[in-house]
Amino acid sequence: MNRRDFIQIAGLGTGALMLPGFASGRTVSAEALMEPGLDVAVKKRLADTALNAAKSKGATYADVRIGRYLNQFVITREDKVQNIVNTESYGVGIRVIANGCWGFAAVADAKSDAQIAKAAEDAVAIAKANSKLMKQPVELAPQKGFGEVSWKAPIKKNAFEVPVKEKVDLLLEANSAAMKNGANYVNSVLFMVNEQKYFASTDGSYIDQDIHRMWPNFTVTAIDPASGKFQTRNSLSAPMGMGYDYLQVNPKDKVTGITTRYNMGYDILEDITSAAQQAKLKLNAKTVEAGKYDLVLDPSHLWLTIHESVGHPLELDRVLGYEANFAGTSFATLDKWESRSFKYGSDQVNLIADKTQVGSLGAVGWDDEGVNTKKWDLVKDGVLVNYQAIRDQAKIIGEKESHGCCYADSWSSVQFQRMANVSLASGKTPLSVEDMIKDVKKGIYIIGDGSFSIDQQRYNFQFGGQLFYEIKEGKIVGMLKDVAYQSNTQEFWNSCVKVCDDRDYRLGGSFFDGKGQPSQSSAVSHGSSTARFNGVNVINTARKI
Amino acid sequence: MAVILTEEEAKSLLQKVLKYSKADECEINISGEKKGNLRYARNEVSTSGAQITQNLVVQSAFGKKVGVATTNEFSEEAFEKVVRQSEELAKLAPENPEYMGVLSPQQYKKTSGFFDATANITPDFRADAVAKSLELSRAQNLAAAGFMEDRHGYSAMLNSKQLFAYYPSTNINFSLTVRTPDGTGSGYVARGYSDVTKLDTASATKIAIQKSTGSVGAKALEPGKYTVILEPTAAAVLLENIFFNIDARSADEGRSFLSKQGGKTKLGEKIVDERITIYSDPNNPDLPAAPWANDGQPMERINWIEKGIVKNMAYSRFWAQKKGVKPIPFPNNMIVAGGSATLEEMIASTKKGILVTKLWYIREVDPQTLLLTGLTRDGTFFIENGKIKHPVKNFRFNESPVIMLNNLETLGKPERVVSTESDENYMIPPMKIREFTFSSLSDAV
Repeated sequence: MNRRDFIQIAGLGTGALMLPGFASGRTVSAEALMEPGLDVAVKKRLADTALNAAKSKGATYADVRIGRYLNQFVITREDKVQNIVNTESYGVGIRVIANGCWGFAAVADAKSDAQIAKAAEDAVAIAKANSKLMKQPVELAPQKGFGEVSWKAPIKKNAFEVPVKEKVDLLLEANSAAMKNGANYVNSVLFMVNEQKYFASTDGSYIDQDIHRMWPNFTVTAIDPASGKFQTRNSLSAPMGMGYDYLQVNPKDKVTGITTRYNMGYDILEDITSAAQQAKLKLNAKTVEAGKYDLVLDPSHLWLTIHESVGHPLELDRVLGYEANFAGTSFATLDKWESRSFKYGSDQVNLIADKTQVGSLGAVGWDDEGVNTKKWDLVKDGVLVNYQAIRDQAKIIGEKESHGCCYADSWSSVQFQRMANVSLASGKTPLSVEDMIKDVKKGIYIIGDGSFSIDQQRYNFQFGGQLFYEIKEGKIVGMLKDVAYQSNTQEFWNSCVKVCDDRDYRLGGSFFDGKGQPSQSSAVSHGSSTARFNGVNVINTARKI
Repeated sequence: MAVILTEEEAKSLLQKVLKYSKADECEINISGEKKGNLRYARNEVSTSGAQITQNLVVQSAFGKKVGVATTNEFSEEAFEKVVRQSEELAKLAPENPEYMGVLSPQQYKKTSGFFDATANITPDFRADAVAKSLELSRAQNLAAAGFMEDRHGYSAMLNSKQLFAYYPSTNINFSLTVRTPDGTGSGYVARGYSDVTKLDTASATKIAIQKSTGSVGAKALEPGKYTVILEPTAAAVLLENIFFNIDARSADEGRSFLSKQGGKTKLGEKIVDERITIYSDPNNPDLPAAPWANDGQPMERINWIEKGIVKNMAYSRFWAQKKGVKPIPFPNNMIVAGGSATLEEMIASTKKGILVTKLWYIREVDPQTLLLTGLTRDGTFFIENGKIKHPVKNFRFNESPVIMLNNLETLGKPERVVSTESDENYMIPPMKIREFTFSSLSDAV
């Protein structure tokens, strides 16, 4: 996750509110976000222009992405609107293979055939120039063309159709609920994204897609002036591949318990009320005693551990060394996969990659190189069985086709391998969270994601959280603070003894997963039911300065 | 029209846009930038790219009702449209009680962050510079992955009180990771300059190679408290968390490491060793920066921490007025004053300690104490009786830069570094710190 970007836009840090890098483009009126993009017939004509120009200059493969990216952010604190930002970015990116080498060129605001043909020619020229430094030509896994097809996220309510005033009123009402319930400060944000992407390639695909994402979130701060201490509690919402329907309150989307958590519908007013009360309780919570604990991890927390310790190490480009200078490589080397016996986790651990899951951030019909999306096993019954690979990598792991997880964050960025939704399968035997806790003698129940850090090969990690509850002899006995756990990926997943059944399954996710140089942002979901991990090392993070 | 405008061109374009304004107050910011990059991995070039961007931001105000609109289209028609749009948005906006109005013309010191050599970088130059790096790694059968990105551009502003400011700048960042083919050794180097003639990719590559081959055969040490020598690249990612958190409003509100009990702040208090002075200065020759903030406030040298004492915090114009103090904008650069020791002298004077060359995945664990976690990476070494004895396995640490700067032993000479977390450039000295807390071991190389 690109933390600086997030802190800056959410206003949780200190600096001025800034736009995140991925929202580049021009600011427009809210109404402009509702205007239709180019007609699909025009996009097909422009795409053919690009493909023909590339082929005529010697490209053996070409793809073109005509993208219109819309963003809206509504940012408030207490009783004030800090910023309302609408952005639109439109352009065309063309990728080719010539002389066996990749080349890429992009052009902003291109609506004429001449501009697009020129960009295609530039891409071929770059490929030919770079081919002099190449040792091994690019080899793509075969991919059939799909003709003229389309895919639309199954949203119920387009967030851009909702008047800005309604969004502002909702956030200000939420802020007011927080203040009434004891918060000293509250920052709240609505992020809304629409990607209108048209993809065409020399394989004979013309794919029109309409993708929506939304993330309501907040931070509530409680201060004890006498001691000068402060505590925060962040929203338990998840960023979702949904429209404004995610903010429709529905009792069936609520998971009750020590605090209410949410599935496919988020009740911001209820959650912020709890948050304000809990932030105050955290001020006087018991500081944790360092040591080994059995951890009961809620899906609102576990998603981030899955993301960092499973999603990233099983990206094939990292395994091969393409990210060595920045994000790092991976402990999950090819020999471990080839052995077909590497125990990534216990027998209870089944980890699945899925680009089709409804409501998830990663769901699309086709990826950014025209591959139809799918679902596949990464870890089966605890054993490492596969990676995430795209067309120019599939051959390395003996796959006949790509996994369909190629993505670019803008028309102006080169597409590359990005994480699919990676999720922990629910337990097969019926098990509720209450029944799971009943068996725990000395444990901590963690809800919500907090601080996170993992090494460049994804062995050693440390995670915090939002809410920590001490479990003694099968009962929750009170709130804890200053909790973080440290473990090693393989040890941790092998200490997984139980996973609750499907009734508890929920998605969490990252809106700003950073990778690559220059860095690109992608959004990805991770689902799970509550899971138990035995004997994990917990540290106390309290310090005096 | 050119994308990178001269001062005169920028001024005349801004005047042209301002003529369309019908608002009580108007402020226009304009920028243009050209960037180029080359990326390589597994000893081969993997991607290259170039980006040209220009942007015009118009802020219009009617009383305290403010609207902002931007455009990346530079035509008469677009200029009028963007001004009208900002005015329409302002009329629809609620009153912003924190709007302070535009500033009158200010005096700025001349600073120079623009170097022709950097602005004239070509794709061939990048390829040659990277080839010099690749030759060395290939010759030793080591795997290199690196990234070079250069930019040149300008920013300028004009407001309805005729405040005008202009600043051109250039920058190049180069970073490289070299790994041994069996994956048991890894070394890193990063260089950032305004003037590309200072960049020597071959000599930088030699450092990464030395760390890579030198880190093979790392031994595990027990986690715990150790004396550490932090190279500037490692120190930067810890110290920048102090720089990010110097905001007065957060401190006054009670939610900053600079807050204290009773609703007070630590302004005027000694919080770190008296040898620590942290300041910003747009005129620093090694780290030049714009002499003005986005709203036109002049940037001058500011001591944030002087001899260990919190001397200044950043006050927005609104917060300054509310508190009855002078506004101080967030700085455009940051410098940690140093001592005179060389890295070699620091090692020679260490009986038992650890040399940390790079840190990775730094995250704040507790905003109250600025407790950070992260790991060592790409070359960590055990020092005994003044000599580097052997490489050690990587550690996870949990440490606050505030506690760390209270445990200061020695400071070296500041040098320009690139943060591996934020990509920001700073001037940071190497430093020897006692009782630095490593909390667990990592198997990562």
